[in-house]
Amino acid sequence: MVVASVIEAIREALREEMRRNHDVFVLGEDVGQRGGVFLATQGLLEEFGGERVIDTPLAEASIMGIALGAAFRGMRPIPEVQFSDFVWPAVNQLIGEAARACYGTNGALNVPMVVRIPYGGGIRGGLFHSQNVEAMFFHTPGLKVIAPSTPYDAKGLLKSAIRDNNPVISLEHKKTYRLVRGEVPEEDYTLPIGLADVKRTGGAITTVSYGLMLHYCLEAAEQVSQEGIDVEVVDLRTLKPLDKKTILESVRKTGRLLIVHEDNLTGGVGAEVAAVAAAEAFDYLDAPISRLCGPDVPTMPFAETLEKAYMPDTVKVTEALRNLAAY
Amino acid sequence: MAITIELPHVGESVVEGTIGKWLKQPGDDVQRYEPLVEIVTDKVTMDVPSPVAGSLLKILAQEGETIPMGAPIAEMESADAPPPPTVPTAPPDIRPSPEVSRPVGTIGYLFQDVGPVGPTGGGPNDPAAVEFRELAPNETSKPARHSPAVRRLANEHNVDLSLVTGSGMGGRITRNDVLAFIKTGPAPSARTRTPSMPVISSTVKNDAAEPSGTPSESNEDEEQIPLTPVRRMIADAMVRSVSQIPHAWSTVEVDMTSLVALRVQIRDEFQRREGIDLTYLPFAIKALVESLKEYPTLNAVWGGDKIILKKRVNVGIAVAAPVGLVVPVIHSASQLSIAGLAAAARDLTLRARNNKLTLEDVQGGTFTLNNTGVLGSTISQPIINHPQAAILTTEAIQKRPVVRDDAIAIRSMMNICMSFDHRINDGAESGGFLMAVKSRLESMGPDTPIY
Repeated sequence: MVVASVIEAIREALREEMRRNHDVFVLGEDVGQRGGVFLATQGLLEEFGGERVIDTPLAEASIMGIALGAAFRGMRPIPEVQFSDFVWPAVNQLIGEAARACYGTNGALNVPMVVRIPYGGGIRGGLFHSQNVEAMFFHTPGLKVIAPSTPYDAKGLLKSAIRDNNPVISLEHKKTYRLVRGEVPEEDYTLPIGLADVKRTGGAITTVSYGLMLHYCLEAAEQVSQEGIDVEVVDLRTLKPLDKKTILESVRKTGRLLIVHEDNLTGGVGAEVAAVAAAEAFDYLDAPISRLCGPDVPTMPFAETLEKAYMPDTVKVTEALRNLAAY
Repeated sequence: MAITIELPHVGESVVEGTIGKWLKQPGDDVQRYEPLVEIVTDKVTMDVPSPVAGSLLKILAQEGETIPMGAPIAEMESADAPPPPTVPTAPPDIRPSPEVSRPVGTIGYLFQDVGPVGPTGGGPNDPAAVEFRELAPNETSKPARHSPAVRRLANEHNVDLSLVTGSGMGGRITRNDVLAFIKTGPAPSARTRTPSMPVISSTVKNDAAEPSGTPSESNEDEEQIPLTPVRRMIADAMVRSVSQIPHAWSTVEVDMTSLVALRVQIRDEFQRREGIDLTYLPFAIKALVESLKEYPTLNAVWGGDKIILKKRVNVGIAVAAPVGLVVPVIHSASQLSIAGLAAAARDLTLRARNNKLTLEDVQGGTFTLNNTGVLGSTISQPIINHPQAAILTTEAIQKRPVVRDDAIAIRSMMNICMSFDHRINDGAESGGFLMAVKSRLESMGPDTPIY
């Protein structure tokens, strides 16, 4: 076991998979010579050469389209979108093409592609470096979406994604890159896509979360446990396919559900989790389902005070847990 | 002095009316509130009463003329004070609230008091427009009575929620409250005894009406049995029935000789073929449901200002289950043959004895049948299963000497006893019904089709 940060775990995953399979290659803006603006691909160009670590122009649609074409030909591209805010020009390639290819060709074409997307706010990134984009991909059949929060989960899931023959969107919360450290096995391991993880067991309230918020939920759970409120924290890890079984088991046990995500409230992943719980754990609910999410504001603000007002944090989660416990 | 009479407002969304017929002519005397004129609106035709006493001077709106609400229709001479001017109901104010003075922008204003418009609503004057407002910051929403988890637990464990104290917001019963109640039971009392040993209590304070929920100190003269939830439910139901329904009671004797002969004849064959014992119960139910078709007011409910006849006959059969008396229901019993009724009754009885009845099994009954005869009873005075119209018992079948054709004969006789709601039915209907049941039972014999 080593202790690593999320970014280190990701880098290791890329390196191990590129060693394992020569069809795996990386492409994106600044991924080669620079080693990635977050240093996710640092050292890869030196080890694997310019044909497997490709610096691209500033053209997301082309990056994705080229990756798509390579995937059609049996290669395993890992295109990077430098900031989630830049993914929009690439959406037609992802949703209009990649998500549909296997279905549309009745299985004749596969798209073994992993799109790495750093996302999320809280780093004073302002309008164009802070967005949460998961909802759109979560909504699209034909794509898998992972969103790990810890180094252990990030490495295991990314490796699984690279080995998966389907298009996978890998969402990496940029604030966790360096802020979250944890133990990571040195040997080769993968984690199954589609399995959530109960990071903290409890009996009174189920909190479902992912990304940076997961860590705030853990902190808040710790805090309210001293007030006698026993909180179970479920880390989704994979957004799609949603691990309904783990979620429902937990809700049936506790009867109270709080969903926390940074993405805007309306139509976010939390809305689906709430609908599933209401439909399939109805008789076990002891309180209305609660969501604590980013407000329905067009973008994360740049001003520090406003960004703080926007982002859910440990204090807000604690407050929500107390209210739910009191119902 | 001359007073102007205006067309009054009759409803929120009615804006005009047509003069129908003048009931008074100029020169006529008019009492206060006497009808002056008929008006026709798109919602209602009504008389306009005179607001004052006096005489009609002049008609200002002619018959057939359509005028808006508030317009003058007549002049009257009266010594009374003039009526206050009618306030026109203008459409609600749809201008933005005065505090808001910012420019419109892309976010716009929040309008006050505007109802839904377009295909989903009738516009600002729509009286059906639902008022929705955000809760004030200090206002907590009143929680619904019982959450799904609470209801489920209460169902599964037969908990009477009226006995559970709530520790949740606003006194709400939480899931944990129910779980705690299941574990510890209702308010703790002295000792628990097995229900098979009934106890006569002689309390020093002779308080007949005291609620048994409060535990009192026990002494060596008495034992206290805490109430199970089922016991309490039965008690409440019985009190409700006798306090709300005026019970009347009647009985007839039924000659079951022919039916006894039938049963003796086919019982073994039936047992072999269907795997169940053929008792008299399905025959009784058959006679009952057919008689109810003739006397529908016995399959009814008192509705306060009406009698509600129930179209379907769902017969409840009283069963002594381990938890207490339960009355599972054979739904649409009139559609079943005697064999079908036998099977249905057997299934419900078994499930009742194994505590496996569902909520649907005990709901929707329209008439109750109680076989008190199996306990040896020869006459009973049953309590009606509220809110039904009547309850019937079948008593023990006894061989008795009776007079037939002026000679003594030994016949298998069974009394059937009925308590009925005397608000819904009188002796005529109830007597007729009883006789119908009797004659059907007496006509059952070896020719009666079972299937």
